[in-house]
This record gives sequence, structure tokens and C-alpha cells, in this order.
Amino acid sequence: MSHHIVEARDVHYTYPGGHEALRGVSFRITHGEAVAVVGPNGAGKSTLLQHLNGTLLPARGEVRIGDDPVTRDTAPRIRRAVGMVFQDPDDQLFMPTVLEDVAFGPLNHGLAPEAAAERARAALERVGMSHAADQPPYRLSAGEKRAVSIAGVLALSPDVLVMDEPSSNLDPRGRRRLMELLKSFEHTKIIATHDLELVVEVCSRVILLDGGLVKAEGPVVQVLNDEPLMLAHGLERPHSLRHRHPH
Amino acid sequence: MAMAHGGTVQRMDELAALESPAHRLDARAKAVVTFAFLVAVMSFPRHEVVALAPYVLYPVALLSLGGIPARWILKKLLVAAPFALFIGLFNPLLDRQPVALPGGLFVAAGWLSFASILARFALTVSAALALVACTGMDRLCAGLERLGLPRAFAVQLLFLHRYLFVISDEARRMRYGLALRTADGRAPSLRVYGSLLGHLLLRSMDRAQRIYGAMLARGFDGEIRILGTARWTARDALFTTGWLAFFAAARFWNLPEFAGRLLTGELR
Amino acid sequence: MHMADALISPAVGGTMWAASAGLLAWCARKIRQTLDHRLVPMMGVLGAFIFASQMINFSIPGTGSSGHLGGGLILAILLGPHAAFLVIASVLTVQALFFADGGLLALGCNIWNLGFYPAFIAFPFIYKPLAGANRATPRAWAAAILAAVIGLQLGAFSVVLETTASGISELPFGSFVLLMSPVHLAIGIVEGLATATVVAFVARARPEAVPSPAGSASLKPALIGLGIAALIVGGAVSWFASAHPDGLEWSIAKVSGREEVGGGAALHEKLARVQEKTAFLPDYGFQPAEEPAAEGEPGPEPWPAVSAGTTVSGVVGGLLVLLVAGAAGLALRPRRVAS
Repeated sequence: MSHHIVEARDVHYTYPGGHEALRGVSFRITHGEAVAVVGPNGAGKSTLLQHLNGTLLPARGEVRIGDDPVTRDTAPRIRRAVGMVFQDPDDQLFMPTVLEDVAFGPLNHGLAPEAAAERARAALERVGMSHAADQPPYRLSAGEKRAVSIAGVLALSPDVLVMDEPSSNLDPRGRRRLMELLKSFEHTKIIATHDLELVVEVCSRVILLDGGLVKAEGPVVQVLNDEPLMLAHGLERPHSLRHRHPH
Repeated sequence: MAMAHGGTVQRMDELAALESPAHRLDARAKAVVTFAFLVAVMSFPRHEVVALAPYVLYPVALLSLGGIPARWILKKLLVAAPFALFIGLFNPLLDRQPVALPGGLFVAAGWLSFASILARFALTVSAALALVACTGMDRLCAGLERLGLPRAFAVQLLFLHRYLFVISDEARRMRYGLALRTADGRAPSLRVYGSLLGHLLLRSMDRAQRIYGAMLARGFDGEIRILGTARWTARDALFTTGWLAFFAAARFWNLPEFAGRLLTGELR
Repeated sequence: MHMADALISPAVGGTMWAASAGLLAWCARKIRQTLDHRLVPMMGVLGAFIFASQMINFSIPGTGSSGHLGGGLILAILLGPHAAFLVIASVLTVQALFFADGGLLALGCNIWNLGFYPAFIAFPFIYKPLAGANRATPRAWAAAILAAVIGLQLGAFSVVLETTASGISELPFGSFVLLMSPVHLAIGIVEGLATATVVAFVARARPEAVPSPAGSASLKPALIGLGIAALIVGGAVSWFASAHPDGLEWSIAKVSGREEVGGGAALHEKLARVQEKTAFLPDYGFQPAEEPAAEGEPGPEPWPAVSAGTTVSGVVGGLLVLLVAGAAGLALRPRRVAS
């Protein structure tokens, strides 16, 4: 299953305005891992995620998904393997109904309308949103929108799930449901987030990014429990870890 | 002129999401019939008032079948009326030819054509609103696309409709933020306006860029494909032919006149 | 200046539908050919932006009133004429469908009046050659104002043409022009100001967001644009004038109500003939209302068949039909089961 391996080698990226967002990022994520990318605002998390499916291409270095380097040519194929859930569901749910939206990807990948609709229904079922199939997306709650965006990605049967701030704007119940959902996926998961409690519950490994560089990497408990490290990068030690590992 | 009442569109979408026999009809049937309706109504000579009466049946039937509240339609009619009213009001002023009414009354012919304009206005507007309220933008666009509307335009309508709320919300928040910081409630100066709206525009463009990214992530290749779940049934065929026949009959024969003669015994 | 269905005839509505639909199809093909897929979401979002922008006003100095962005010109500046035309058409369609702002059969007219002129005349022939590379200069402002004014004047002029040709409103051509033109001059200046301000801001904040005008700052296209505008206006005026040799005098006389009836009789008949050929309800479609009735009835203004609907039985029957329609409406209402 080598195509589930996600690897970044010395990735650099500079925005057209001159902002140097990534300054040499390297990591390797293997099959089935759940990895969190944490760091303060402007650390380069979103920029990094956009490299994983070829939305952005590195100025220097490379990103590999399995055996393929991500390039302009391989991007369409890479995007079948790497499903991306965006931060604002309103950017992702652009079709008029929930079902149409979830079927958007399968239709693009050449499925016949019936097969695409079936795939979409199955994905909605998976995230518990079957009841909303015919509704317009903007009428859903934030949590429902998030679930539908995830369904839209699941419908493509990706090997790797990449998510940008999946728990932002969710109320506690919506967030709880999201975490249960994420835990139930067997995909390789890469999650950029400020929600460190979610990291503790869902992820096994953490990559701490700041100023476009990897500042720390390791098992969740080890990295997030390092109070000086966390404070130095605009983060704080999660509460749940304090209770688990009282000093 | 058209304020972006997110609420108006939202209310329309809520109505369009209702379940009813009118909603279940194929969008193409409703679109074709509505279009024929408009052409028929507008093709009457300009002083015609009474012969237009049978046409009330179509919007009334569609709205009733669809369970659309009459008050809502009436309110929309009132809001949209000013332009037709304004232009129409010149008719009684300019067209003073006296016309005899039943009961020995005389009015200027302009009043008749004015009344006709108002009747046409009420008919055409309510039929158009009924079409959307009983169909919904998504099904209407899909249906029109199958009737030959260019795909690019159908997609444009869908995207516009989808992001109306999102961008309007941003504009509303901006306006609110502005209102909190201005004492007299006056509109801002042109300079402030430029930067406010410029920001809104840049944010909108950024959003478009992100949407594009999300589309690419799910295999977008320049072509928007839709499921197209609509099926043309016998009911749709019946609906279409029935109304078209009715419109034609009401166009060629003055049905109210006929009914009236029956009632008043003038018919030999 | 959204036209309503109530004021136009099927012949005019149909003609303008055909014109706008043809242009729309052509633009859609042009956009496909660019292969710039980014345009798909960009056009949709900018259409929504035009709606939303109308929620924010600025105060017009010295008047106490306020104005907002119109749409056509700024879309053309940001997206180019083809995409802009499609976006304007979509905005007008949504306005017609959801707000009853402008009718459905009048949609062809409205798309033409508010889309064609800004996108294909005012932008390429006035704004583009005149604005120059720097969007913050007085020159760019002047170009925006001139372009907006000309675009709107042509649009308003078309409204008058289409309304007069439809023959439902009694407003004579000349006085209608006199009514519309100054109003839209004011609207044009306001729209030009708003457009120039927003474009200047965006060009400063993010230069790459505003496509720069094609280098040549020659006056030739602008002159061509003005020429086209003059031709359209002049052509139409002379058409009406030839139907009425005494030109403007006629329109004034018409307002005072003394001259003979017959606004654009010539045009009207021409359209009626077109309509007969295109067979919109051939026998009934379009009774030439202004046709002088042959019978020498008393009164200076002969009158077409107004009598049919005004008899007692007509009125009784009309009421009866309305009653039936109302009853049908009640009967058809879905019975809502308490859920």
C-alpha cells in the first residue's frame, strides 16, 4: 500500500506578493496514520495542505503521494487519492442540493449519473446526513455542512483525507459528532487545526509548524505536553493532558 | 433598484422546497406553460381588460396547488408595481378618448388601457413568481438547460444563486460594522465607500479562488455535470397540453363575454 | 429601468429575446474557448457581489441622497465583455425570477439594455481606450463616468424605443426620452463615480486583480464608440421623425393632446407585419391599435375595438370567471396534514 504514503521533502513556497510561507518543510506520513498539523496563525498550515493535492506546487523541493511526485501533470490523478476538506464549507458546497454536491466529484470522475447518485447516497449515509439529500446546502447548520463536505470527499473513495480546521465554527455537540466520525475512518488523516483537544482524541502524531518550518514532530502526548515548546509557538498545553499527566 | 434582500430569496427557496403536486411537476412543463401564458397575455390588444380574466386561473391554480400563500404573492406584486404604475399612469392623461361603460358611464380610454396594464402586470408577475416558487432555482435551471439554455448560463445562475446569501451576509456584516461606528446613520462618503466595497470585492474574489480550488480538488475539468433526476411523466404532458389548449381557447374566444351572455340571457 | 412584461408587446419582447439569447450563446461559447475554468466560480461570485453591493450606499455630496454600484461597467472591467454580459444577464434573471423586478418576456429587453451597452459599447470603446494604465488618476475617473453615462443613456434610450414600439404605453417617444434621459444622466454619473472608486481601491490593494487595459491609449476606439452611440440614437430618432415629419413638434403636440393619435404608427405597423410573419397568434396577436378606424365616427380620434369587453355581459362574465378561478384556487389548495 505504498500509495498511501505522503511525503514532503524540503518544500518551499513563496506567494506572488513575496510572502515566504514554507521554508523547507519535510515529513513522512505512512498508511493509516492520523497526523495533526498545528501551529499559530500564519505558520503555513493551509499553504502546506494545499501542496498535498497539487492546488499549490512547491517552488523548491517536492511532495510525493506514494510513488508519484505532485506535479501539474499528476495533480488530477493525485486528487483522486487525496481528498481535501476545506476550512469554510461554503467554499466547498457550491452545488444547489446536498446530493448534487456530493455527486459532483463522482460525476467528474466519469461515473454515470445513477452510479454517482448511489455513491453520493452511500457517502451521505456514512456521515449520517441522508435525510438532507435534497436540501440546499446553505440551509444546513455548520456541523451539517461540515459533514456534507466530508461526504463529498468520501464519495471519491480517497486513500488520504486532508482537513483544514474541521472543527472550526462547530458547537460542542457538532464537534463531538465530528470527532466520533473522524475516529471511525480508517483513511490516512492529515488534519490542520487549532483544536488541540481534537488532536488528542483523534490523532497519533503531531507536526508543529511555525514560520514555514517544522519546529517539532512526534507522538501527540509528547509534543503537546511540552509546555515551553507550546507557549513558544503561540499554543497551549491541552487541558485533557494536564489531567492525564499531572505534574 | 433591486435591493439584495437575502430574505426574499430565502423565502422563495423555502417555498420551492415544499412538497406538493405543483412542485412535483417537471420543471420543463411549468417553464413552457408559463412562457406560453406570458405570450398569450401580452398579445392582447392594449385596451383589453375583461378578456384577460380567464388567465387568472393559471397563476391561481399553480399557486394553490403549490400551497404558496396568497399574501406573499400580493406583497411581491405591490413591491414590484411602481414602474408599471408610473408609466401606465400616463395613459389616462394622454388618451382622453371617451369610452362608454355599462350603465351609461364614460371614461377616458386611457383608463381602460391603464387597467389593462395593471391586469397584465399582476398576471405576468404572479405567473413568473409562481413558476419559481413551485419549482426552485436548481430544478428550473436543470430543466431550462435541457430545453436549450446554454450550460454556461445555467451554471452561472446556479452559482449566483448559491453565493447570493454568502456574499450578502458579508455585506450585511460590513454595513452593521459601519453603522456601529457612524453616529448620524448617514451613508459613508465616497472614499469610505470605495474601501468598504473594495474590500468586499477582494474578499469575494478570494472566495471564488477558494471555490475553484475546492472544485479542482474534486475533479473539476471545466464542465459542470448535474445528476438531472427529473423525469417527464404523463402528468407533465397532460399539464402542458391542458394549459396550452386553455390559453389558446381564452385567446381566440372571449370567454367571459360568452359566460356573461349565458348568464344574462343575451345568447340566442 | 427594468422593463415589466405589462408594457411590451410579444413582437418586441420576442425580438429582444432573440437578440439577447443569441448574444448570450455567443458569449458562452467565447468563454468556453478561453479555457479559463477559474471564470466559472469567479463569475458566479461576482454576480452575487453585484447584488450584495447594492446593500451598501454612499452619500452623494450636496444632495442628501445616496447612490450605489450599478454593475455592468465594473463587471466588464474585471471580467471582460463576454463574461460580464453573462453575469449581468444572470443578475437580471434572478431579479426577474425572485424579485419580480423586470418581467420574464421583458428579460430579453432588460438584458440587452443593461448588458449589451455597458459590456460591448461603453467598456471596449469608451472606458478601455480612455482610462489609461493607472486606475487612480482623474483620467480613469473621467473615463468611468463617461462610460457609465453613455452605457446608461443608450440603455434608457432602448427602453424608450422598446416601450414605444410595443404601443401599450401612451407616452410618446419624444417626451419619454425627455423623461428618461436626465434621470439616467444622474444615475450614470453616480454609477461612474462608484465604479471608479472601487476599481481604484482594488487596483491599489491588489494590482493583479484588475486586468490592465491593452496598451494603446489611442482615441480612435473612443471615437468609434461615440460614433456608434450617435448612430443608434440618430437612427432611431430619424425613424420616428420620418413617420412624423414634424419631428419634435409632434411629440410636444402629442403631450398637449391635440395632434392626431399615432405615436410610432409606422414602426408599429412594421412590427405588426413582422409579427404576422412570425405567426404569434396570427389573427389576434397585435391589433394595430392606432390604425384609424374606417367608419367616420364623431370625435377627432377614431378608436379601435374597445367595445367588445365593455358590455354588460362582458363585465358579468369577467366577474364570473374570476369567481370560478378563486374557487378553483381554494379547491386546489393542498390539505396539510398536521405533522
